[in-house]
Amino acid sequence: MLEGMLVGLQTALSLKMILVVIGGCLIGTFIGMLPGLGPMSIIAIMIPVAISMGDPSAALILLAGVYYGAIFGGSTSSILLNAPGVAGTVATSFDGYPMTQQGKAGKALTIAAIASFCGGTIGAILLMIFAPMLSSVALLFHSAEYFALMVVGLSAIAAFAGTGQVAKAVMMTTLGLIMATVGEGALFNLPRFTMGIMDLQSGFGFITLAMAMFALPEALFLVLKPREMKDSGSGDIKDMRITRAEARAIAPVIGRQSLQGFFIGVLPGAGATIASFLGYAVERNIATKEEQEQFGKGSIKGLAAPETANNAACTGSFVPLLTLGIPGSGTTAILLGALIALNVTPGPRLMIDEPQIFWAVIISMYIGNLVLLVLNLPLIPYIAKVLMVPRNYLIPFILFFTLMGAYIGQNNATELLILVAFGICATALKFADYPLAPLLIGFILGGMLEDNFSRSMQLYDGIAFVWERPMTLGLLIIAAILIVLPSYRTRRAKLRQVGIADGD
Amino acid sequence: MALDRWIALILLGICLAYGYTAWFTMDADLAPFMQRNPIWPSTFPKALSLLGMGAALVTLFGLEKSTVKVDDIDYRRLHEYKLGQAIGLLALMVIYALTLRPFGFLVATSGFLIIGAFILGERKWHVMIPVGVIAAFLVWYLVSQVLEIYMRPLPGFLLGLGG
Repeated sequence: MLEGMLVGLQTALSLKMILVVIGGCLIGTFIGMLPGLGPMSIIAIMIPVAISMGDPSAALILLAGVYYGAIFGGSTSSILLNAPGVAGTVATSFDGYPMTQQGKAGKALTIAAIASFCGGTIGAILLMIFAPMLSSVALLFHSAEYFALMVVGLSAIAAFAGTGQVAKAVMMTTLGLIMATVGEGALFNLPRFTMGIMDLQSGFGFITLAMAMFALPEALFLVLKPREMKDSGSGDIKDMRITRAEARAIAPVIGRQSLQGFFIGVLPGAGATIASFLGYAVERNIATKEEQEQFGKGSIKGLAAPETANNAACTGSFVPLLTLGIPGSGTTAILLGALIALNVTPGPRLMIDEPQIFWAVIISMYIGNLVLLVLNLPLIPYIAKVLMVPRNYLIPFILFFTLMGAYIGQNNATELLILVAFGICATALKFADYPLAPLLIGFILGGMLEDNFSRSMQLYDGIAFVWERPMTLGLLIIAAILIVLPSYRTRRAKLRQVGIADGD
Repeated sequence: MALDRWIALILLGICLAYGYTAWFTMDADLAPFMQRNPIWPSTFPKALSLLGMGAALVTLFGLEKSTVKVDDIDYRRLHEYKLGQAIGLLALMVIYALTLRPFGFLVATSGFLIIGAFILGERKWHVMIPVGVIAAFLVWYLVSQVLEIYMRPLPGFLLGLGG
């Protein structure tokens, strides 16, 4: 393990990788600030760039940097404009925006940056501890368990992602799985459901689908209904220092929320959004009476809690991706797709076979957090100017990058037409309140799910593996409970707020 | 009928067509040696079609109580939004897809960016044109020179490719 860590350190500390992290964080911050564009869109747009870099470590480091940057940028616009760019930072605006109104924007940004930094760093330490443990357990898993584990993951995503409507989320997951069966399956080498169209022989393009599901509908929504910006003098961000007493007040909050956020992030389907809301609620409940009064009116604890939790959760969501190869959220699903495109299969073998990727990603998380704290914080007053770019210029650029992302990957103009067609469908689905993240996750996991299912069927000569392997049966029962138990629905519905990019 | 139920109906149709293929037509041309296999190419799709139909029916008949929607954009008030601009931009994207090859990257992209801004109501040509052209050139430079992905910059006849 130590050897792997050193290899990772060597990779991550090369000049190229440091530049990649810095670039990723800056791009993420820039775009994450724009209201309506979530990290999923940004990462989807960045994938072709990452893939054409050719080096899986660099690609994953870039995308991870973009991810943190986006969350950080989202909290900046939450604090300055009360317009969260990302669902995971909605809770930040509860106390961050009141602070701006009181003229304490600089202080709020500093607290947010410190809280994010601590959450991310503590999360990365926990990841270093838990990922190797989990991957050694995961090596004992057979195809049957993998199949069951993926079913659990998909059910959890459906149960959490549905806006109080599990059936819709299940429908979307199934649709994703159905789309994954189009083309040639690995186990059979037979074209299926291609309707005789040659272009479908290799299935639908994952980047095209990711763009069509997230970037395009979000951009179209921005066109359809321009969001009014409430400007509250974000031009003068001053006095970014915090006092010793304030630091002492937020320290325990950061400690608690790093742990809680990380473990929520590990759960499939939960992610940064739920972690931040839960973190806010928990901290309000355990605060003293006078402090509770302050929540919602510019409490520093109320600002630190969601900021710590969402960053810790982002880190936590890498645990299932890196150890099991199963993404727990839309963002990690896109990262998984990018890795597969680079011929890297995340899973328990990743740590053994390609330690430089595994550890370089973890080390780069520290660097990324440091970059956000040291580089972005002083630059925030200038980066915030991006919010002033007129939408007439911004939207054509967003659409253009969406198109470019699909085009560069395939070098095929037909792909662009497919993108527009899927984008229109996705917008209609978004209008009707169908969650889109489960579709993409289903699509990405579909191939693996079927492979593992087929392998277990062949090993056990039938469906017997379900009851002959107690762990498989147990996992499948958990999956059934997740779908049937409706109590998960209400929680998520409350989280859904005005016009925020879906998921994290 | 609400939009989500219409969509459920369409999805049910897709699942039925998919299920019909999986259950009835796909296995016909299965090689004999594969028929002894416990798993067929159609096994997994069969299960998916049932799951999909189930979920679509639940939504279609509204068996699940939906919670109050707190979204700021509502399709019932679509006409109040800038629908024309959205449709214009979608059409522009289609045109871009069709012209990217014949017109070359630089021409198509600067055209896309300029007309895109125009559709959104921008009329400052002295800003739009330089921004569009410079951005198109920058992106082309980055993609083709730094990332080394070839994209034909100009129409073929200008590059001596015979149109």
